[in-house]
Amino acid sequence: MRIREYLCVMQNSPSCKLGTCCILQSKSWNPFLVGAGMGVLSWAVFLVVNNPLGMSTEISKFSGWFASLFVGVEKVTANDYWSGTKPSFSYHTIFLIATAAGALLSSTLSGTFTFEKIPAVWAAHQGKSVAKRMIVSFVGGVVILYGARMAGGCTSGHGISGTLQLAVSSWVFFIAMFASGIVTAAIVFRNRNANV
Amino acid sequence: MNFPISTSSTAGLLLAGLFGLIFGVLLHKGRVSDYNVIVNLFRFRDFTVLKIMLTAILVGGIGVGLMMSADMLEGWHIKEMNVLGVILGGVLFGIGMVLYGYCPGTGVAAIATGSIHALVGFLGMIVGGVLYAITYGWVKSSILSVGALGKVRLSTATGIPDPVWWVALVAISLVLFRALNRRESAAR
Repeated sequence: MRIREYLCVMQNSPSCKLGTCCILQSKSWNPFLVGAGMGVLSWAVFLVVNNPLGMSTEISKFSGWFASLFVGVEKVTANDYWSGTKPSFSYHTIFLIATAAGALLSSTLSGTFTFEKIPAVWAAHQGKSVAKRMIVSFVGGVVILYGARMAGGCTSGHGISGTLQLAVSSWVFFIAMFASGIVTAAIVFRNRNANV
Repeated sequence: MNFPISTSSTAGLLLAGLFGLIFGVLLHKGRVSDYNVIVNLFRFRDFTVLKIMLTAILVGGIGVGLMMSADMLEGWHIKEMNVLGVILGGVLFGIGMVLYGYCPGTGVAAIATGSIHALVGFLGMIVGGVLYAITYGWVKSSILSVGALGKVRLSTATGIPDPVWWVALVAISLVLFRALNRRESAAR
Protein backbone atom coordinates (compact mmCIF):
# COMPACT_ATOMS: atom_id res chain seq x y z
CA MET A 1 0.00 0.00 0.00
CA ARG A 2 1.12 3.49 -0.84
CA ILE A 3 0.29 5.11 2.50
CA ARG A 4 2.12 2.27 4.21
CA GLU A 5 5.28 2.78 2.25
CA TYR A 6 5.06 6.54 2.59
CA LEU A 7 4.80 6.48 6.35
CA CYS A 8 7.41 3.85 6.86
CA VAL A 9 10.01 4.83 4.33
CA MET A 10 12.05 6.78 6.85
CA GLN A 11 12.43 3.86 9.13
CA ASN A 12 13.40 1.47 6.41
CA SER A 13 17.00 1.06 5.45
CA PRO A 14 17.53 -0.50 1.99
CA SER A 15 18.52 -3.82 3.51
CA CYS A 16 15.41 -3.97 5.63
CA LYS A 17 12.19 -5.62 4.54
CA LEU A 18 8.88 -3.91 5.11
CA GLY A 19 7.24 -5.10 8.28
CA THR A 20 10.40 -5.68 10.21
CA CYS A 21 11.67 -2.14 10.57
CA CYS A 22 8.64 0.03 10.83
CA ILE A 23 7.39 -0.35 14.37
CA LEU A 24 3.93 0.75 13.30
CA GLN A 25 3.79 -2.12 10.83
CA SER A 26 4.15 -4.87 13.35
CA LYS A 27 0.90 -6.60 14.25
CA SER A 28 1.43 -6.27 17.96
CA TRP A 29 3.86 -5.00 20.55
CA ASN A 30 4.94 -6.55 23.79
CA PRO A 31 2.08 -6.02 26.29
CA PHE A 32 4.42 -4.72 28.97
CA LEU A 33 5.73 -2.14 26.52
CA VAL A 34 2.18 -1.12 25.61
CA GLY A 35 1.29 -0.87 29.30
CA ALA A 36 4.35 1.25 29.99
CA GLY A 37 3.35 3.44 27.04
CA MET A 38 -0.07 3.99 28.56
CA GLY A 39 1.59 4.78 31.88
CA VAL A 40 3.76 7.44 30.26
CA LEU A 41 0.71 8.75 28.40
CA SER A 42 -0.95 9.10 31.80
CA TRP A 43 1.95 11.22 33.05
CA ALA A 44 1.48 13.45 30.03
CA VAL A 45 -2.27 13.91 30.42
CA PHE A 46 -1.93 14.71 34.12
CA LEU A 47 0.96 17.11 33.66
CA VAL A 48 0.11 18.80 30.39
CA VAL A 49 -3.69 19.08 30.39
CA ASN A 50 -4.58 18.03 33.96
CA ASN A 51 -7.18 15.67 32.54
CA PRO A 52 -6.93 11.89 33.05
CA LEU A 53 -7.70 9.36 30.29
CA GLY A 54 -11.36 8.46 30.05
CA MET A 55 -13.91 7.42 27.48
CA SER A 56 -17.37 6.64 28.85
CA THR A 57 -18.25 10.21 29.89
CA GLU A 58 -17.75 11.28 26.30
CA ILE A 59 -19.92 8.44 25.00
CA SER A 60 -22.74 9.52 27.32
CA LYS A 61 -22.40 12.98 25.75
CA PHE A 62 -23.00 11.29 22.40
CA SER A 63 -26.14 9.89 24.05
CA GLY A 64 -27.21 13.42 24.93
CA TRP A 65 -26.67 14.54 21.36
CA PHE A 66 -28.60 11.50 20.10
CA ALA A 67 -31.50 12.18 22.49
CA SER A 68 -31.59 15.84 21.43
CA LEU A 69 -32.47 14.72 17.89
CA PHE A 70 -35.74 13.36 19.26
CA VAL A 71 -36.68 15.56 22.19
CA GLY A 72 -34.75 18.74 21.44
CA VAL A 73 -31.69 20.32 23.04
CA GLU A 74 -33.65 22.07 25.79
CA LYS A 75 -35.05 18.89 27.25
CA VAL A 76 -31.63 17.28 27.16
CA THR A 77 -29.87 20.12 28.95
CA ALA A 78 -32.75 20.22 31.46
CA ASN A 79 -32.02 16.59 32.36
CA ASP A 80 -30.35 16.25 35.72
CA TYR A 81 -27.57 14.05 34.38
CA TRP A 82 -26.76 15.84 31.15
CA SER A 83 -26.81 19.24 32.83
CA GLY A 84 -23.62 18.07 34.54
CA THR A 85 -22.06 16.63 31.39
CA LYS A 86 -23.30 18.96 28.66
CA PRO A 87 -23.11 17.53 25.14
CA SER A 88 -20.48 19.61 23.35
CA PHE A 89 -17.70 19.25 20.84
CA SER A 90 -14.77 19.32 23.20
CA TYR A 91 -11.33 17.99 24.09
CA HIS A 92 -12.86 14.61 24.85
CA THR A 93 -14.73 14.43 21.55
CA ILE A 94 -11.47 14.96 19.69
CA PHE A 95 -9.76 12.44 21.96
CA LEU A 96 -12.39 9.81 21.12
CA ILE A 97 -12.18 10.41 17.37
CA ALA A 98 -8.38 10.44 17.53
CA THR A 99 -8.40 7.12 19.40
CA ALA A 100 -10.34 5.62 16.51
CA ALA A 101 -7.94 7.28 14.06
CA GLY A 102 -4.95 5.82 15.89
CA ALA A 103 -6.42 2.32 15.78
CA LEU A 104 -7.27 2.77 12.10
CA LEU A 105 -3.73 3.91 11.33
CA SER A 106 -2.20 1.06 13.30
CA SER A 107 -4.43 -1.65 11.83
CA THR A 108 -4.02 -0.34 8.28
CA LEU A 109 -0.24 -0.18 8.56
CA SER A 110 -0.01 -3.64 10.05
CA GLY A 111 -2.45 -5.05 7.51
CA THR A 112 -4.79 -6.40 10.17
CA PHE A 113 -7.78 -4.24 9.24
CA THR A 114 -10.64 -6.68 8.53
CA PHE A 115 -14.40 -6.38 8.58
CA GLU A 116 -15.37 -8.69 11.40
CA LYS A 117 -18.97 -9.72 12.03
CA ILE A 118 -18.43 -12.78 14.20
CA PRO A 119 -15.25 -13.24 16.20
CA ALA A 120 -13.72 -16.73 16.50
CA VAL A 121 -14.36 -17.38 20.18
CA TRP A 122 -18.00 -16.28 19.88
CA ALA A 123 -18.53 -18.49 16.80
CA ALA A 124 -17.11 -21.54 18.55
CA HIS A 125 -19.52 -21.20 21.47
CA GLN A 126 -22.57 -19.39 20.16
CA GLY A 127 -22.66 -20.28 16.48
CA LYS A 128 -22.47 -18.29 13.29
CA SER A 129 -25.73 -16.35 13.39
CA VAL A 130 -24.87 -12.73 12.59
CA ALA A 131 -28.19 -11.48 14.00
CA LYS A 132 -27.55 -13.18 17.34
CA ARG A 133 -24.05 -11.72 17.63
CA MET A 134 -25.28 -8.23 16.75
CA ILE A 135 -28.16 -8.36 19.24
CA VAL A 136 -25.93 -9.54 22.07
CA SER A 137 -23.31 -6.95 21.16
CA PHE A 138 -25.96 -4.22 21.24
CA VAL A 139 -27.33 -5.38 24.60
CA GLY A 140 -23.78 -5.65 25.93
CA GLY A 141 -23.18 -2.06 24.85
CA VAL A 142 -26.31 -0.87 26.66
CA VAL A 143 -25.33 -2.70 29.87
CA ILE A 144 -21.67 -1.69 29.83
CA LEU A 145 -22.32 2.01 29.47
CA TYR A 146 -25.11 1.99 32.02
CA GLY A 147 -22.75 0.27 34.46
CA ALA A 148 -19.90 2.63 33.63
CA ARG A 149 -22.04 5.67 34.35
CA MET A 150 -23.37 4.23 37.57
CA ALA A 151 -19.84 3.43 38.76
CA GLY A 152 -18.52 6.76 37.47
CA GLY A 153 -16.02 5.44 34.94
CA CYS A 154 -14.90 2.66 32.62
CA THR A 155 -11.73 0.66 32.04
CA SER A 156 -9.89 3.87 31.16
CA GLY A 157 -11.35 6.28 33.72
CA HIS A 158 -11.51 3.84 36.63
CA GLY A 159 -9.38 0.92 35.45
CA ILE A 160 -6.27 2.91 34.56
CA SER A 161 -6.63 6.58 35.56
CA GLY A 162 -8.36 5.89 38.87
CA THR A 163 -6.43 2.87 40.05
CA LEU A 164 -3.09 4.58 39.35
CA GLN A 165 -4.13 7.35 41.75
CA LEU A 166 -4.90 4.65 44.32
CA ALA A 167 -8.56 5.64 44.42
CA VAL A 168 -10.70 3.33 46.56
CA SER A 169 -13.64 3.51 44.13
CA SER A 170 -11.47 2.48 41.17
CA TRP A 171 -9.95 -0.57 42.85
CA VAL A 172 -13.39 -1.71 44.03
CA PHE A 173 -14.72 -1.20 40.49
CA PHE A 174 -11.77 -3.16 39.04
CA ILE A 175 -12.44 -6.14 41.32
CA ALA A 176 -16.26 -6.08 40.86
CA MET A 177 -15.89 -5.86 37.08
CA PHE A 178 -13.44 -8.73 37.02
CA ALA A 179 -15.54 -11.01 39.20
CA SER A 180 -18.74 -10.47 37.23
CA GLY A 181 -16.89 -10.82 33.92
CA ILE A 182 -15.54 -14.22 34.97
CA VAL A 183 -19.03 -15.46 35.88
CA THR A 184 -20.56 -14.08 32.67
CA ALA A 185 -17.82 -15.62 30.53
CA ALA A 186 -18.34 -19.01 32.18
CA ILE A 187 -21.99 -18.86 31.09
CA VAL A 188 -21.50 -17.43 27.59
CA PHE A 189 -18.53 -19.62 26.66
CA ARG A 190 -19.69 -22.93 28.13
CA ASN A 191 -19.36 -25.16 25.05
CA ARG A 192 -16.87 -27.78 26.22
CA ASN A 193 -16.37 -29.13 22.72
CA ALA A 194 -15.22 -25.78 21.40
CA ASN A 195 -11.57 -25.70 20.44
CA VAL A 196 -11.10 -22.01 21.29
CA MET B 1 5.33 26.96 28.86
CA ASN B 2 2.89 26.96 31.73
CA PHE B 3 1.16 23.71 32.59
CA PRO B 4 -1.59 22.69 32.61
CA ILE B 5 -2.79 23.83 29.21
CA SER B 6 -6.51 24.55 29.08
CA THR B 7 -8.39 21.75 27.34
CA SER B 8 -10.58 24.29 25.59
CA SER B 9 -7.63 26.20 24.05
CA THR B 10 -6.43 25.46 20.53
CA ALA B 11 -3.30 23.85 21.91
CA GLY B 12 -5.43 21.72 24.23
CA LEU B 13 -7.60 20.53 21.36
CA LEU B 14 -4.54 19.67 19.26
CA LEU B 15 -3.11 17.74 22.19
CA ALA B 16 -6.39 15.82 22.47
CA GLY B 17 -5.76 14.66 18.91
CA LEU B 18 -2.18 13.67 19.69
CA PHE B 19 -2.98 11.86 22.93
CA GLY B 20 -5.96 10.09 21.37
CA LEU B 21 -3.89 9.00 18.40
CA ILE B 22 -1.23 7.52 20.69
CA PHE B 23 -3.90 5.84 22.82
CA GLY B 24 -5.52 4.30 19.74
CA VAL B 25 -2.22 2.98 18.41
CA LEU B 26 -1.38 1.51 21.83
CA LEU B 27 -4.79 -0.18 22.11
CA HIS B 28 -4.38 -1.79 18.71
CA LYS B 29 -0.73 -2.79 19.12
CA GLY B 30 -1.61 -4.20 22.54
CA ARG B 31 -4.24 -6.35 20.75
CA VAL B 32 -6.95 -5.21 23.15
CA SER B 33 -9.03 -3.99 20.20
CA ASP B 34 -9.47 -7.73 19.49
CA TYR B 35 -12.68 -9.26 20.88
CA ASN B 36 -11.01 -12.65 21.42
CA VAL B 37 -8.21 -11.20 23.53
CA ILE B 38 -10.67 -9.37 25.78
CA VAL B 39 -13.06 -12.27 26.44
CA ASN B 40 -10.19 -14.73 26.85
CA LEU B 41 -9.00 -12.74 29.85
CA PHE B 42 -12.20 -13.66 31.67
CA ARG B 43 -11.67 -17.30 30.63
CA PHE B 44 -8.09 -17.30 31.96
CA ARG B 45 -6.74 -18.06 28.51
CA ASP B 46 -5.07 -14.79 27.57
CA PHE B 47 -3.64 -12.38 30.10
CA THR B 48 -2.65 -9.62 27.69
CA VAL B 49 -5.25 -7.22 29.11
CA LEU B 50 -4.08 -7.79 32.68
CA LYS B 51 -0.41 -7.35 31.75
CA ILE B 52 -1.13 -4.08 29.96
CA MET B 53 -3.36 -2.70 32.69
CA LEU B 54 -1.10 -3.58 35.60
CA THR B 55 1.98 -2.20 33.84
CA ALA B 56 0.07 1.00 32.96
CA ILE B 57 -1.04 1.33 36.58
CA LEU B 58 2.47 0.80 37.99
CA VAL B 59 4.34 3.01 35.52
CA GLY B 60 1.59 5.64 35.42
CA GLY B 61 0.86 5.63 39.13
CA ILE B 62 4.43 5.83 40.39
CA GLY B 63 5.18 8.62 37.92
CA VAL B 64 2.05 10.59 38.72
CA GLY B 65 2.63 10.01 42.45
CA LEU B 66 6.18 11.39 42.19
CA MET B 67 5.01 14.40 40.18
CA MET B 68 2.32 14.95 42.78
CA SER B 69 4.79 14.96 45.65
CA ALA B 70 7.06 17.28 43.66
CA ASP B 71 4.09 19.68 43.50
CA MET B 72 4.00 19.57 39.70
CA LEU B 73 0.32 18.68 39.41
CA GLU B 74 -2.90 20.55 40.14
CA GLY B 75 -4.36 17.78 42.27
CA TRP B 76 -5.88 14.33 42.25
CA HIS B 77 -8.85 13.33 40.11
CA ILE B 78 -10.52 10.81 42.37
CA LYS B 79 -13.95 9.39 41.54
CA GLU B 80 -16.61 9.22 44.24
CA MET B 81 -16.72 6.04 46.28
CA ASN B 82 -20.43 5.23 46.41
CA VAL B 83 -20.27 1.69 47.73
CA LEU B 84 -23.47 0.38 46.12
CA GLY B 85 -23.11 2.36 42.88
CA VAL B 86 -19.50 1.38 42.27
CA ILE B 87 -20.06 -2.31 43.03
CA LEU B 88 -23.35 -2.60 41.11
CA GLY B 89 -21.93 -0.50 38.25
CA GLY B 90 -18.81 -2.68 38.20
CA VAL B 91 -20.89 -5.86 38.09
CA LEU B 92 -23.01 -4.52 35.21
CA PHE B 93 -19.82 -3.39 33.49
CA GLY B 94 -18.31 -6.88 33.73
CA ILE B 95 -21.46 -8.46 32.25
CA GLY B 96 -21.53 -5.87 29.47
CA MET B 97 -17.84 -6.25 28.75
CA VAL B 98 -18.17 -9.99 28.12
CA LEU B 99 -21.38 -9.65 26.06
CA TYR B 100 -20.02 -6.74 24.01
CA GLY B 101 -16.49 -8.12 23.99
CA TYR B 102 -14.95 -4.70 24.44
CA CYS B 103 -14.92 -1.88 26.91
CA PRO B 104 -15.89 1.64 25.82
CA GLY B 105 -12.35 2.65 24.81
CA THR B 106 -11.34 -0.58 23.11
CA GLY B 107 -14.76 -0.68 21.40
CA VAL B 108 -14.06 2.69 19.79
CA ALA B 109 -10.66 1.41 18.67
CA ALA B 110 -12.15 -1.87 17.41
CA ILE B 111 -14.67 -0.06 15.18
CA ALA B 112 -11.70 1.55 13.45
CA THR B 113 -10.09 -1.85 12.88
CA GLY B 114 -13.19 -3.02 11.01
CA SER B 115 -15.26 -4.71 13.73
CA ILE B 116 -18.91 -4.42 12.68
CA HIS B 117 -20.25 -5.84 15.93
CA ALA B 118 -18.20 -3.28 17.85
CA LEU B 119 -20.05 -0.58 15.92
CA VAL B 120 -23.43 -2.14 16.73
CA GLY B 121 -22.43 -2.32 20.40
CA PHE B 122 -21.36 1.33 20.24
CA LEU B 123 -24.93 2.20 19.26
CA GLY B 124 -25.98 0.13 22.27
CA MET B 125 -23.66 2.23 24.45
CA ILE B 126 -25.34 5.40 23.19
CA VAL B 127 -28.71 3.92 24.16
CA GLY B 128 -27.25 2.86 27.53
CA GLY B 129 -26.24 6.48 28.13
CA VAL B 130 -29.77 7.64 27.28
CA LEU B 131 -31.26 5.08 29.69
CA TYR B 132 -28.89 6.25 32.41
CA ALA B 133 -29.87 9.88 31.92
CA ILE B 134 -33.56 8.96 32.02
CA THR B 135 -33.18 6.93 35.23
CA TYR B 136 -30.57 9.23 36.78
CA GLY B 137 -32.97 10.77 39.31
CA TRP B 138 -33.79 7.36 40.72
CA VAL B 139 -30.18 6.08 40.58
CA LYS B 140 -28.96 9.18 42.37
CA SER B 141 -31.44 8.97 45.22
CA SER B 142 -31.62 5.18 45.70
CA ILE B 143 -28.22 3.85 44.60
CA LEU B 144 -25.52 6.50 44.58
CA SER B 145 -26.56 7.65 48.05
CA VAL B 146 -25.92 4.23 49.61
CA GLY B 147 -22.51 4.20 51.23
CA ALA B 148 -21.41 7.53 49.75
CA LEU B 149 -17.91 7.91 51.17
CA GLY B 150 -16.72 10.70 48.88
CA LYS B 151 -13.42 10.94 46.99
CA VAL B 152 -11.29 8.64 49.09
CA ARG B 153 -7.85 7.26 48.35
CA LEU B 154 -6.44 4.00 49.70
CA SER B 155 -3.93 5.85 51.88
CA THR B 156 -6.52 8.11 53.50
CA ALA B 157 -8.98 5.25 53.97
CA THR B 158 -6.49 2.88 55.59
CA GLY B 159 -3.77 5.10 57.01
CA ILE B 160 -1.18 3.12 55.04
CA PRO B 161 0.92 5.61 53.03
CA ASP B 162 1.22 5.56 49.22
CA PRO B 163 4.80 4.19 48.99
CA VAL B 164 3.79 1.07 50.92
CA TRP B 165 0.90 0.49 48.51
CA TRP B 166 3.28 0.85 45.58
CA VAL B 167 5.83 -1.55 46.99
CA ALA B 168 3.04 -4.08 47.59
CA LEU B 169 1.53 -3.58 44.13
CA VAL B 170 4.90 -3.93 42.40
CA ALA B 171 5.65 -7.09 44.39
CA ILE B 172 2.24 -8.64 43.67
CA SER B 173 2.51 -7.77 39.96
CA LEU B 174 5.99 -9.24 39.62
CA VAL B 175 4.92 -12.50 41.26
CA LEU B 176 1.83 -12.59 39.05
CA PHE B 177 3.74 -11.82 35.83
CA ARG B 178 6.23 -14.56 36.65
CA ALA B 179 3.46 -17.07 37.26
CA LEU B 180 1.71 -16.05 34.03
CA ASN B 181 4.91 -16.39 32.02
CA ARG B 182 5.49 -19.86 33.45
CA ARG B 183 1.93 -20.87 32.69
CA GLU B 184 2.19 -19.55 29.13
CA SER B 185 5.48 -21.28 28.39
CA ALA B 186 4.08 -24.51 29.85
CA ALA B 187 1.04 -24.25 27.58
CA ARG B 188 3.23 -23.82 24.50
